[in-house]
Amino acid sequence: MTGTIMGAADISRALTRIAHEIVERNDGAADVVLMGIPTRGLPLAHRLAARIADIDPGFDAETACGALDITMYRDDLFKNPTRTIGTTSVPDAGIDDAVVVLVDDVFHTGRTIRAALDAIRDIGRPRAVQLAALVDRGHRELPIRADFVGKNIPTARSERVNVHLEELDGEDAVLLTKGA
Amino acid sequence: MRHLLGTTDLSREDAILLLDTAAQMAATQEREVRKLPTLRGKTVVNLFFEDSTRTRISFEAAAKRLSADVINFSAKGSSVSKGESLKDTALTLQAMGADAVVVRHWASGAAYQLAHGGWLHGSVLNAGDGTHQHPTQALLDAFTARRHLVADPTGQGLDGLTVAIVGDVLHSRVARSNVHLLNTLGAHVVLVAPPTLVPVGIEPWPCTVVHTLDQAIETYDIDALMMLRVQRERMSGGGDAFFPSPAEYSRIYGLDADRMNRLPDHAIVMHPGPMNRGLEISAEAADSPRSVIVEQVANGVAVRMAALYLLLAGEEGAQ
Amino acid sequence: MSRPIVIKNASLYGDTPATLLIEDGVITTVAQDAASIATPDDAVVIEAEGLVALPGLVDLHTHLREPGREDAETIETGSRAAARGGWTAVHAMANTNPVADTAGVVEQVYSRGQEIGLVDVFPVGAVTVGLKGEHLSEMGAMANSKARVRLFSDDGVCVYDPVIMRRALEYVKAFDGAVVQHAQDLRLTEGSQMHEGVVSAELGLAGWPAVAEESIVARDALLAEHVGSRVHVQHLSTAGSVEIIRWAKARGINVTAEATPHHLLLTDESARTYDPLFKVNPPLRTQSDVDALRAAVADGTIDIIATDHAPHASEDKDCEWAAASFGMLGLETALGVIQKVLVDTGAATWRDVARLMSETPARIGMVDDRHGRPLAAGEPANVTLVDPNATWTVDAAQLASRARNTPYGGIELPGRAVATFLRGVPTHLDTQLEGAFA
Repeated sequence: MTGTIMGAADISRALTRIAHEIVERNDGAADVVLMGIPTRGLPLAHRLAARIADIDPGFDAETACGALDITMYRDDLFKNPTRTIGTTSVPDAGIDDAVVVLVDDVFHTGRTIRAALDAIRDIGRPRAVQLAALVDRGHRELPIRADFVGKNIPTARSERVNVHLEELDGEDAVLLTKGA
Repeated sequence: MRHLLGTTDLSREDAILLLDTAAQMAATQEREVRKLPTLRGKTVVNLFFEDSTRTRISFEAAAKRLSADVINFSAKGSSVSKGESLKDTALTLQAMGADAVVVRHWASGAAYQLAHGGWLHGSVLNAGDGTHQHPTQALLDAFTARRHLVADPTGQGLDGLTVAIVGDVLHSRVARSNVHLLNTLGAHVVLVAPPTLVPVGIEPWPCTVVHTLDQAIETYDIDALMMLRVQRERMSGGGDAFFPSPAEYSRIYGLDADRMNRLPDHAIVMHPGPMNRGLEISAEAADSPRSVIVEQVANGVAVRMAALYLLLAGEEGAQ
Repeated sequence: MSRPIVIKNASLYGDTPATLLIEDGVITTVAQDAASIATPDDAVVIEAEGLVALPGLVDLHTHLREPGREDAETIETGSRAAARGGWTAVHAMANTNPVADTAGVVEQVYSRGQEIGLVDVFPVGAVTVGLKGEHLSEMGAMANSKARVRLFSDDGVCVYDPVIMRRALEYVKAFDGAVVQHAQDLRLTEGSQMHEGVVSAELGLAGWPAVAEESIVARDALLAEHVGSRVHVQHLSTAGSVEIIRWAKARGINVTAEATPHHLLLTDESARTYDPLFKVNPPLRTQSDVDALRAAVADGTIDIIATDHAPHASEDKDCEWAAASFGMLGLETALGVIQKVLVDTGAATWRDVARLMSETPARIGMVDDRHGRPLAAGEPANVTLVDPNATWTVDAAQLASRARNTPYGGIELPGRAVATFLRGVPTHLDTQLEGAFA
């Protein structure tokens, strides 16, 4: 099955559900810090933060959101063209003893998350790290699982999953295409 | 990027990428853990044919913070007393498996020869060759200027800014590197030097040349003033000197408090170090709030991290 | 090898096709109609249609490195390179070790050349003892030696002291000699690496200003005039030097000048590779200098082409530019380069090439009783056959020189010597002609 797997409404509902799950899982959102993994994890983290703030008015969507660039922690740096390093921004309060929720668009091999865990370790010592992904397409290569998933999409290895977001792409959609 | 040999062939796009990457590297250096795993397993050789502790430790810090293995190789020799040949040294480094060679050499062109001699496969990073080029110095100067003078600097050049470079342009690899890089980034470069220290054949350089510091300050709206180190022996009378005396040099080209106060309020003062206090720069100028000289040193590490990253990360670097 | 040789239908000096009969080292017959020559039964016949016949080339400026640097070149390897390049005589510069500043050294060099027999090697004597520029060497002894030295030069260094230069110019008049000057103001060129100009400014290599050559050329022309002597200026490299020579000749001063093939082809832009193969003294100059030199060769201001063949061991070139030795090979590539820059451009004819590379250098070197003679009956059979339609790619590894420092590696050149005869003996035969002598 190829084509549009999730539309704008699907994405919105999934994010709302994940927001609720995060609050429920952590008995509120007091210690939660959302760290979006560039590129598309970043707007997703901001959207989740806004929804959590709707649920838990004590949650400050602005200050509890950060960006975690994992380029310099990748294990495939020498197998691909040189990557441009993105920005990492950590909330002013830091992440020590916080619950860091990593936010990414597509959860696939797990290697990005492995790199993110290493990156987190250099920034501070959170109480716990959790993972939220809009799409889980399977094919894990490391023993890592997600805590919050918008939609599980069974895929073939050769297929591609592309997430489009309003902020970057002008529309919200998850597309599945045949690989080259 | 395969090598970083000079600034003349650096595109604006690459120059800005280097500066932006350096900014990200600088950000990591404010963290508790400043070491990154990025270049784990890569070997960087600091090959120094000329003593320069400052430059060497800056490159060493940069490579180590990116987790590369660092080998320091000091190869003495000069045109008068030849030591081990450049070729044999290169073959040795190749045998040791150097992924990048940071080379400092007394001979202009040595880095180019190392990169193009077919002796080694690694990337070559020029850390100063004779009186030719010193690209990471120019990059750290541009990075420092951009940080201070450009709002929201990421992705930006130095468009519209005026940078004056004062001193011994003839023998300066720092000046040669800066003139081209600053021009590529959109700045207007004013060289200030006695005519004896301006190279014959400077006409095509993308810059303006004036012959007194006062004239430069009066004529141009200087945003950044870069003082070059002068070699005392070139300044003292006699048959081989370029200037009658250090005192006269200081009077006409030295940056003192009076001249500094005539600069625009926002202007910064730079110096590649090590300084000759009292010769090209007075203590008041060197220690003033306008001086970003110490910051240049810190930025040097970030810029060199960026250069190493861009040369070594990526599949070309893996070969 | 005393078989007679018939060179059939070669184009003499690039003009009239004619046939030459060579017997016992002498050209015995020159005839337009090949059939009119009674070809001896045992004669070797060379079908030379399309080839240009020139008098054997004479180089006034060669470094053979022996004695002292036999790792770079020997009289034997240099002679072979010369023969291959179409030369029948070379003038060996004095900057050997020991320096050719005594009758003993010049006789040894001369005799070794004769022993090898591929070209006549005429030693040039040093002007000053050890090339140090301080004391005149015993030029009279060298002149009266078996080597019969007539040219004196400290080449490699300039005879800088004006008093020494004056005395040398005066002294050589006694035996009709000439001082051959490497024009370089030493103070203006301390540490110099390349032409001082736009390229040196960018590359950060210390400049060798044109004025450092021109000021010495002017001084020496005036000294020669003052003492009524003869000066030959080596490797003219700048437009300004050309103007000074032109002026001096117009004034009647007895001055001659040479240009090298490399100064007529290459420019300082070559230094951008930092490849020391392009490091030479005087340095490669700008395109406008090259243009001025070519024009001066064409109008006769520059009298001759000389190679300044300067072999260097690989370790002296495979290093940093500033640490590398000055100089480049030239004997085997000169004809090709000259055809490229002068003949093919219409600036000179093959007749001019005979003058520039054989007749006039022989006259300046005072060997014109044996070399640079007309291609005519009764003359010594020093002959070079050039194939102007051969194009070849220079391969450093294939050169006869022991050294490899040619700047033309990988470059395609037109024209090459396919046969060289020294007094009727073939000293070089291209593979296509070897069969004729089998």
